Amino acid sequence: MSTPMSVFDIAGRAMSAQIVRLNTVASNMANAGTVSSSKEGAYRALKPVFTEVSDAPGVSTVRVGQVVQSDTEPTKRHDPSNPLANKDGDVWDAGVDSASELVDMIETQRQYQNNVQVMQTAKTLTLDTLRIEK
Amino acid sequence: MGSDALFGIHGTALQIRSQRMSVLASNIANAGTPGYKARDVDFTKALDSATGDDGTTADAAVSGNMAYRVPVQSSLDGNTVELPVEQTQFAENAIAYKTTLQFLQGRVDTVMQALKGDGS
Repeated sequence: MSTPMSVFDIAGRAMSAQIVRLNTVASNMANAGTVSSSKEGAYRALKPVFTEVSDAPGVSTVRVGQVVQSDTEPTKRHDPSNPLANKDGDVWDAGVDSASELVDMIETQRQYQNNVQVMQTAKTLTLDTLRIEK
Repeated sequence: MGSDALFGIHGTALQIRSQRMSVLASNIANAGTPGYKARDVDFTKALDSATGDDGTTADAAVSGNMAYRVPVQSSLDGNTVELPVEQTQFAENAIAYKTTLQFLQGRVDTVMQALKGDGS
């Protein structure tokens, strides 16, 4: 058996996963104002799905298993002056819920901070242990 | 693993503290994973079984005394990690780790003093 994951592996990979989540939030916010001439072509929010990664009981980290499109429906809006409007004069606004994206962003930030704190504590304790003979 | 002649119970305690830190770090890492069940090590029981006479290693003692956390309030996605709980436990574990380290330091200092003789 290989050496079990250290706290640094656990927190480090969790931080990577949170960064992926932050990137999806950024993509969603960037595309929140986009319009499309068809419902199918409209942007839908991307959501990462976290999956547990474990190689020993009780010790596990996290990775982004997949990124899925959310089921927030694009909204139809009548806007004949829009160059993208279809023959009925309708456009579809991107299916992004800005409020929930901002909530997601704060949650991501908090969870990232938690992992940084874990890593910092582990680092301090490891260094203290190394210095024990002095 | 029995008690070590030099470090006594503290060497084993430090190993268990370190492994518990990994378990709690796993819980914090998986705070957003749907269906993840938070786990924790019963430190007292693990230390008892690791310092007993039946030759249990610290690794075996930790995995043998692991249990799922009972959430205060269950969440819709089946995740049982509650960050305030995990943070508190992690902080408590870190302080206990440091305390154990101080005990070890004391033992090392004593031996060093004995080796040097007059203490100068």
